[in-house]
Amino acid sequence: MSDAPPATADAESIAALSTGDLVPDEFPDTPPPPAPAARLFEVRPKPGVAESDEGELLEVSIGPHHPSTHGVFRMDVALDGERVRQLKPVFGYLHRNHEKLGESCSYLGSIPYTDRLDYFCSLTNNWAYVLSVEKLAGLAVPERAEYLRVIAAELTRVLNHLCLVGFLVHDMGAMGTPLMYAFREREKILDLFESLTGARMMCNYFRFGGCRCDLPPGWVEVAQRFVDGLPAFLDEFERLLNENEILLARTQGIGVLSPELAVNAGVTGPMLRASGVNYDLRKVDRYGLYDRFPFRVPLGDHGDTYDRYMIRILEMRESHKILTQALRDLPAGPVIDPKAKLRGFRPKAGEAYGRIEAPKGELGFYLISDGSPNPYRYRVRPPSFVNLTILEDMCLGHTLADAVVILGSVDIVMGEVDR
Amino acid sequence: METLEQIAARIAAAVPGVAASVETNPAVRAQSSLVVGRDHALAVARFLRDEPGLQFDYCSNVTGVDWLDATLKEKVRVKRVVDGAEQEFEETVERRRPGYLEAAYHLYSMALRHGPLILRQRTANRVEDTRLASLTPIWRSAEFQEREAFDLFGIVFTGHPDLRRILMWDGFADFPMRKDYVEPDDYEYEPTPHDAVLEKARRHYPVEGAA
Repeated sequence: MSDAPPATADAESIAALSTGDLVPDEFPDTPPPPAPAARLFEVRPKPGVAESDEGELLEVSIGPHHPSTHGVFRMDVALDGERVRQLKPVFGYLHRNHEKLGESCSYLGSIPYTDRLDYFCSLTNNWAYVLSVEKLAGLAVPERAEYLRVIAAELTRVLNHLCLVGFLVHDMGAMGTPLMYAFREREKILDLFESLTGARMMCNYFRFGGCRCDLPPGWVEVAQRFVDGLPAFLDEFERLLNENEILLARTQGIGVLSPELAVNAGVTGPMLRASGVNYDLRKVDRYGLYDRFPFRVPLGDHGDTYDRYMIRILEMRESHKILTQALRDLPAGPVIDPKAKLRGFRPKAGEAYGRIEAPKGELGFYLISDGSPNPYRYRVRPPSFVNLTILEDMCLGHTLADAVVILGSVDIVMGEVDR
Repeated sequence: METLEQIAARIAAAVPGVAASVETNPAVRAQSSLVVGRDHALAVARFLRDEPGLQFDYCSNVTGVDWLDATLKEKVRVKRVVDGAEQEFEETVERRRPGYLEAAYHLYSMALRHGPLILRQRTANRVEDTRLASLTPIWRSAEFQEREAFDLFGIVFTGHPDLRRILMWDGFADFPMRKDYVEPDDYEYEPTPHDAVLEKARRHYPVEGAA
C-alpha cells in the first residue's frame, strides 16, 4: 500500500459522492455490527443437523412471488449444495387483520368475510363460523338445512382435494394435464355452487339456524349426475397417476411425518391421517348429521408425501358415499329456523369454540360475546397455518425440489394462513 | 372426562403451590376454563399432557384476548334488617377490574378423544408486565400461534424458542389486535377524496401558516 498515490482532493470528492459501494483501503479489525434486518434473518444451523465441512451454506429466499409457493408465501432456506439445512417460513404478505374486521362488524356481517379465508372452500368456512355462533347462542338447525350443509361441505371437500392433487403433480412437472382434468371436474362443482348460492367461489350461503335459500329446481338431479360420474373420473385419475414412475420417485419416502410429531404439532386433516392417526372431527365431534352417514376414515402407513396424496384420493371416494346417501335422503322442510334472528343478533355474554373438519384440517372459530352486536373476540384457528409449523422438520435433509413437493402436499391457502 | 373442578383439584395436588381456579362460561357450560398462574403454567401443561387419565396431547387453538380496565356491575343479595325483620335485597355493586392480557389454549385429547379443556393464563397488566409462560415446549402447535399472539397482542412468551413477529413486518411497533389500538391516520392514495378524507388529510398534514 506504500506505493499507492496520496489521496488527492479529487479522490476525496469522489469518496464523498460514494453510496458506500467503494471498498475502503483498510478494513477495520472488527466487522461492523450487522444491520437490524440482517440480524433478524440471520441463518443459524439447526442444532443436531450435521454440517458439511466444505463450503458455506447458501441462503435462498423462495417466494413470495414464486409459482411453487402457492400464493404469496416465502421460505428462507439455507442450502448445503442442494440439501435443505434450514427452512424458515415467512408470511404476512396477505395479512389484513381478518380478526379485527370480525370484531368490528356484526355477527351476520362476518359471514362474507369468512369466504375469503380459504377461498377454495368458502362453504366449509361458513359452516365453521355459523357452527360457533349456533353453539354460542344455542340455536337449532332444521334437518333439511343440515343435509344441505353436508352436501355443500362434501362437494367442497371433493373440489379442494381435486385441486390439491392437480397442483401437487403440477409441482412435480406434470405441467397442466392432470391439473386441467381436475379443473374440469371442479368447474362442474362451481356451476352447482353458482346455481345454489349465486356465486362460484365466494358462496356466503350458511346462516345461523340454517341456510340462506333453498335449492333451485332440478339442482338435485344435476348434482346427482355429477356425483354418479365421480367414481369413473377418480378411476381414470388414479390410472393416470397412481403408478406413475415420476410420482412414485418424487413422493415415496419424502417428507415423512411421524405420528407423534404430527399430534404434538397440532397437525390436522388429511396430513394427520396420512401419518396414521385416526382423528376425523366428522367422527369425533359428530357435528351436523355426520353420524347418519356410514363412511370410513382412510389412514396412511408411512406419513410420506405419497400417503398424503393417496389419502386425498381415498377421502374423495368416501365423500362420494356421503353425497350419494345425502342426495337420496334429502328431506323436505324449511331450510332455516324461522325463529332465527339474523339482523340485530345479540347473543348473551359468554364464549364458544366451534370446529369442523374442513378439507385442510380442523377449522375452528373462537368467539367471545359481551352481549353487544359485535363479537368481543373473534378468532380463527386456521388449519393450514398450524400445519406449516412442522414444514421445516419435514424438509430438512431433502433437496430443494423435494421441499417444493412437500409444501404442495401440506395444502396451504394464503388467504387463511395470513388472514 | 372428569369435571373441571376435579381436574383443578388434581392439579392442585400434583403441582405444589399452583393457583388454579375454574371460571364458568355462561354460554356453553362444557367450555368453561381453567385459569392458572403463569409461574406454574408450564408444570400444569405438562401434567395435563402426561397424566394417564387426561392425556391432553393436542393443543388445538392458542390465542390472546385483551381485556381493558373495566367497571363490572354485579348483583349481590344482601340481608338487611327492616322494621325489625330480616329481609333479602338485591343490590348492584360496582367493582373496578384492572385490565390484563390473556392467553387461551384449547386442549383436546386425540388418544382419549375428549375435550376441550380451556387453559388460560393472565398477565399482570397490559403495559409494563406482559409476560406469560410459553407452552411451546409442551405442545409444538403453540409455536406459530404464540408468535401470532405476541405479534398482534404484545404478550411476551418467556421460554419460546423463536419469538418474532409473524404476520406484521419486523419494524412495526404497535400491537394491532389490542382494543386501544389507534389506526394510523396517514394513507397513500385516495382516488375520490371526500369531506371526511380531506378532513383527515388536513389534520395529518397541517398547512403551515394557515389559520
